[in-house]
Amino acid sequence: MHPALSVIFFTTLSGAGFGLWFWVGLRIALGPTPQGFEALGWWLLLVAGGIAAAIGLAASFLHLGKPQRAWRAFSQWRTSWLSREGVASVASFLPALALLKLLPQVTPATRIVAALLCVLCLATIACTAMIYASLKPIPAWRHRLVVPGYLLFALLTGGLPLLMAGGLAQRGFVALLLPLLAVAAIALVLLKLAYWRDIDRTPLPQTRGDAIGLPQRQARVFERPHTEANYLMREMGFVLARRHARPLRATALGLFGLLPLLCLALAWGSGDLAWIALPVAVVSALAGAFVERWLFFAQARHLVTLYY
Amino acid sequence: MTGLPPPSKKKLGLVIDLDTCVGCHACAVSCKEWNAGGIAGPLTDTDPYGKDPSGVWFNRVHSYELEPVPACGSGHDATPAQPAQTLHFPRSCLHCETPACVTVCPTGASYKRAEDGIVLVDEDKCIGCKLCSWACPYGAREYSAVEGVMKKCTLCVDRIYNDNLDEAERQPACVQACPTRARHFGDLGDPDSDISKLVAARGGVDLMPELGYRPTNQYLPPRPRRNGASEAEADARGTAAELDAGNPLQRWMQRVLRR
Repeated sequence: MHPALSVIFFTTLSGAGFGLWFWVGLRIALGPTPQGFEALGWWLLLVAGGIAAAIGLAASFLHLGKPQRAWRAFSQWRTSWLSREGVASVASFLPALALLKLLPQVTPATRIVAALLCVLCLATIACTAMIYASLKPIPAWRHRLVVPGYLLFALLTGGLPLLMAGGLAQRGFVALLLPLLAVAAIALVLLKLAYWRDIDRTPLPQTRGDAIGLPQRQARVFERPHTEANYLMREMGFVLARRHARPLRATALGLFGLLPLLCLALAWGSGDLAWIALPVAVVSALAGAFVERWLFFAQARHLVTLYY
Repeated sequence: MTGLPPPSKKKLGLVIDLDTCVGCHACAVSCKEWNAGGIAGPLTDTDPYGKDPSGVWFNRVHSYELEPVPACGSGHDATPAQPAQTLHFPRSCLHCETPACVTVCPTGASYKRAEDGIVLVDEDKCIGCKLCSWACPYGAREYSAVEGVMKKCTLCVDRIYNDNLDEAERQPACVQACPTRARHFGDLGDPDSDISKLVAARGGVDLMPELGYRPTNQYLPPRPRRNGASEAEADARGTAAELDAGNPLQRWMQRVLRR
């Protein structure tokens, strides 16, 4: 599949934004009342998360042929994951905006609104992942690890900015966050390794013979239907060669897995280095997510390529 | 509305005979010409006389070489060896019963007609997100970069009900253009229609049925070739005997009748 930069930019940046909202919402819902400037910090983080999510959503408009009609995309939530994602992402803004008004008071009502924010953020990311996981003609995306992968990426890339902003508290929520994110990074590395191993080993479930209605025959392409490229070949015909995929996979793992883990270890071991280690981790994880998402598209083969 | 309508009694579709298609592309060209106007037109063409022409077509004709298959089985289950052969394969929208291209559409632009099952794009609602083309394993939908919307075979819905055309012309352009009568149009939901009987007689198949899209269009597989080797022998034997038989007309008739 052709990796559309606008879509990749959208899913990674918005994923980080919604992930950040999730962690902030979780902290508000479950943690103790804010001390000192904590509430201001949350307020700023909510705004930052919202900007990230909004920029991502705006980027996704670049993928559309007729973005001026995008408002119609909210109508078919009964059947379409893309529509559901649109509804959920806009719905997520409501509790976020409500929290901006409610803070710095943290009443039971505030906690409920924050919990709602968490749920809607997770729902939005899950809907985004389901857009791809529900497509039968792209067997590589039908894997059970696709939805968990999207969720973990959002949690990792969204949680690191919270850690960076919260500094390193000795106890409390932020103290828990560091080991949690380390576990998330390790889990993500293992998840991606397992996913890549599976898609490398699994051939397409259909053959060209199946595609032309003669499953018992082997068919070779004799002549293409057209001399020039067409939309189908440009959009679905892009498949990354294995030897190019390997260095990119290693890069992705390094950027979203190893380097953030190293930074987290450094920050935990020596609080002095946190001011440089954590921002590096934030940027590195986001870059790694971008490379991984690019690979997610580039390594997926669409069944229509059987005809070509 | 991208919810699917309840299954209609009338299921209009095409039947494509892979045995008689010669790969002339007349169907592809006539489709392109008809859709230069009409509800789906004008079909996009960029740089048509230049170095890098590109365009949207609803119907694409592929050509394949089929590998030979050895004979197998024995007695009356035996299938004779199938020789290598060229197969021409027109590919266009199959107007499926349960098309994912309809359900994934976020705006409701992609819809299946309740009265005859034709799947269409409402170009006024389409936002060009291309998700429907990702959902179609048969490559039925193409995006027009010029118009910003998705395009697909309309089953010539603007021809088949069009009173301005002669009765005989109220069929899809591709069906009318085919010189070898490899394309047929009709109601596949009616078991007594000519087209349904044709499908039953020739063993028409769905493409990739395991995906669950339930295509309406059927493809008729090439008829099995008679055993090439033994027919060549029989020909040789026959020829020797016929050289002694009557006049040239009788010899010719014997050869033809033996086929």
